[in-house]
Amino acid sequence: MHEFIEAFRFIAHNGAVSGYPELPSLTHLALETLKVGAIGVAISVVLAVPLGVWLGHLHRGSFIAINVGNIGRALPSLVVLAIGDAFLGLGLTVVEVALVILAVPPIVTNAYLAVDGVDRDLVDAAKGMGMSELEILTRVELPLAVPLLFAGIRTAALFVISTTTIAALAGFSGSLGDVIANETSYHFSGVLGAAICVAVLALAVDGALTLVQRTITPRGLREVKLEQSPALAAEAAAT
Amino acid sequence: MALVQIAAAGPVIPNYAAQSSSCEVHNRFFCGEWVSRNWGPVLWPALREHVLLAVVAVAIGFAISMVLALAAHRYAWLERPTILVTTILYTIPALALFELLAAPVGLNVYSAEIALVSYTLLILVRNILAGLRAVPAEVLDAAEGAGMSRRQTLVRVELPLALPAIIAGLRIAIVTIIALATIVYVVYDRGLGVPIHTALGEGPFKTELIVAGGLAIGLALVADGLLVLVQRLLTPWTRARAG
Repeated sequence: MHEFIEAFRFIAHNGAVSGYPELPSLTHLALETLKVGAIGVAISVVLAVPLGVWLGHLHRGSFIAINVGNIGRALPSLVVLAIGDAFLGLGLTVVEVALVILAVPPIVTNAYLAVDGVDRDLVDAAKGMGMSELEILTRVELPLAVPLLFAGIRTAALFVISTTTIAALAGFSGSLGDVIANETSYHFSGVLGAAICVAVLALAVDGALTLVQRTITPRGLREVKLEQSPALAAEAAAT
Repeated sequence: MALVQIAAAGPVIPNYAAQSSSCEVHNRFFCGEWVSRNWGPVLWPALREHVLLAVVAVAIGFAISMVLALAAHRYAWLERPTILVTTILYTIPALALFELLAAPVGLNVYSAEIALVSYTLLILVRNILAGLRAVPAEVLDAAEGAGMSRRQTLVRVELPLALPAIIAGLRIAIVTIIALATIVYVVYDRGLGVPIHTALGEGPFKTELIVAGGLAIGLALVADGLLVLVQRLLTPWTRARAG
């Protein structure tokens, strides 16, 4: 327990301004982690959401959409980073490539399942009302898909924060992982303090995304929170 | 006696150049010779340890999840707190969790396994519960009508019908854990993370990264495939229906 007290002392000392000469403040490192992660998630969303939504709308390619997700899970982030490192040298680009590789699968899978799973009767009703394909997609399928689609983005965001810290093990600096990977300089209390910061950051990001999800979920769907809130709802459905 | 000899011989300076091929010296894309030389001493033990780490974690995680899921299935009010706690555990980044555990538990196999197990819980509990929930009400009525007790219904009707969902959860869990176990080395010096870490420290040496990383990915795919086979064997009726 002594280590935990020391860890919180480390956070208090370095939270806003750093006590170490080589170390930016923990707030700065947390924001950097967030920035690196946000870029990765943004690129992944741009790539993966249209693909998953499109496949789901056509009700085609379930094999691809679901198995891409499984392969993504099988790729250890450290391995992706290490292989990227071996060929391109470790910089922001390689880290972002690794983040995108890890974040795209859960987003594609969930986007696919979300749109594919929209009640066919509703789509038929929309057709009967004379809606065009685009209207059906944007006004019926997408709003109904929001909870599951967001579950995928939340899973991806967690992978990304996790991986940004792991990148420090492969030699990428500029995140909270810097402290975690460098016990020699910051001692065990520093490593523990930084780990606590990462955990808090991850929970905060997940909480923030949950709030966004709640706001853009259509009112009629908000009741069924428990079934769909945590990130893995889709996987049970997938099988 | 042996100690005296070592001391007498002076400091041991390993001559790496003598046993390195030119492929290794130039760090080419892939050196087959390095792999065959290091398979026995480095790669095979790491692979075995990796399998053990993952299998133990998923087995313990499955036992805990089964208890949690059955409890939540029987007493509905338990579901919300169970899912909440397992979600929080799942949300904590792996590297942070390993380090957090290292303080109270120490740098040993327990830290490694506790962290790995905690990542299986959400996946398994959700899938077991989803499987149990999906059993149609008519089937439960029929079981009751046939005079089955609550326990008989669970063991002979609900669990078998939930098997596909349960095995689907196990597949996700084992694949996730095999990938995560590559960073176990930060608290416990075992598994495929060890050669990956060594390779990163060496500069990085491509062959070792590719082989160790490839083994981790291959292992995950093999485990996934095996569970698909298990599911086929245990639930022949799902195929009959599809065919």
